[in-house]
Amino acid sequence: MEKELNLTVNGKCYELTVEPNTLLLDIIRNDLGLTGTKKGCSSNSCGVCTVLVDDKPVLACSILAVVADGKEITTVEGLAEDGKLHPLQDAFIEYGAVQCGFCTPGMLLTAKALLDENPAPTENDVRQYLKGNLCRCTGYAKIIEAILGAAKEIGRRRTI
Amino acid sequence: MISDFEYFSPRTIEEALELLSQYKEAAKVMAGGQSLLILMKQGLVTPKYVIDIKGISALNYIKLDRKEGLKIGCLATHRAIETAPVIRNGFNALTEMEQKLASVQIRTWGTIGGSLCHADPAGDPALLLIVLNGKLKVASSTNERTMAVEEFAKDYFETALEPDELLTEIMVPNPPPRTGTAYKKSSRTEAAYATVSVAVSITLSSKSKTCNDARIALGAVAPVAMRAKRAERVLVGRDIRGNLIKEAACIASEEAKPTSDMHASEEYKRELVRVLIERAAQEALGKAKRV
Repeated sequence: MEKELNLTVNGKCYELTVEPNTLLLDIIRNDLGLTGTKKGCSSNSCGVCTVLVDDKPVLACSILAVVADGKEITTVEGLAEDGKLHPLQDAFIEYGAVQCGFCTPGMLLTAKALLDENPAPTENDVRQYLKGNLCRCTGYAKIIEAILGAAKEIGRRRTI
Repeated sequence: MISDFEYFSPRTIEEALELLSQYKEAAKVMAGGQSLLILMKQGLVTPKYVIDIKGISALNYIKLDRKEGLKIGCLATHRAIETAPVIRNGFNALTEMEQKLASVQIRTWGTIGGSLCHADPAGDPALLLIVLNGKLKVASSTNERTMAVEEFAKDYFETALEPDELLTEIMVPNPPPRTGTAYKKSSRTEAAYATVSVAVSITLSSKSKTCNDARIALGAVAPVAMRAKRAERVLVGRDIRGNLIKEAACIASEEAKPTSDMHASEEYKRELVRVLIERAAQEALGKAKRV
């Protein structure tokens, strides 16, 4: 039996009817057409499906769409503001933290959640927080540098 | 993908228990769903009814009672437990265990109650709660009972819950004075389930260096989290020194019942038990001496 759903995604409100056995990830990719969020392992190991639910990182393949009723979802498409990239996105480009790009949306959102909670993380803080996001291309070093660099940049902009 | 089911999201404990008493085995309770949904996606579990209890705020709490100790609602997320000051200050082994559990994404949505009810023998909370003397409160629409965490898991992915019962609360008593507890885990990757995990709690007597109590539990080396009682007996009533810890670690390694699988051979898992027990016991002893 279908359920009615009110989702806010990247600041926009959507009214949907979904079957309960639908994953949030499938709604985001198929119904809303936001394909920045990726489908990877489907077993909670890889993190490429990470989205923010009320600003906290969650695996979209691991929650039912109905559970997200009334919540605010942020996907990678919601990071840029008025066409301007988020400092994390700038940093990932600047530091060479993107190769194939498949893990990148998940990495960016998890990193954003980290910096929102902890604006000045240590390298170890970054490594621990990003544990659930796997990358097969980069070896992680540039990703970690980019996140630390973005943290500095965000801090710098705050003092201006 | 996931087979069809009828979905309920009760807002109160009573509503949830009512649904459970109605649908019993045909229903699965979903808290964070971080374990359940994987099984449902793979078609291993196909309930006709899903009772989503995540919206029952009355089950989501972390409280410290001065006399009775910690009371954690079944819906407390791993992340909430990981970051709670009251737990870091008085029960820091729980904090350490949660830090090692899965990833921040899973800890944000997944709950301690869900983890215990999933009863994966490699699950992190159970063995630590056992050495902490944890107890569980379980309710149905007609009854409420309490049991030791040690009695909850019966077999791989099987618990003592009746079909109409819900785990409601986890209770951890205040540790006795001069008690130190440590949790150690070995896994293939940082965010994975344990290949082998151990928890050790040591209580020293108030005056001397004698060990009054030692509790040792092992994870991922038996169908459920298990106590290593022979290893405990090596330590209890003795003045604990390095070679005694080594002896206890060897005994624990013999008591473990691991099986060879894709993560590690039985022999290597036994070796991991031995090494991790040594490290955990040293750490627990150090903490007990400092308290």
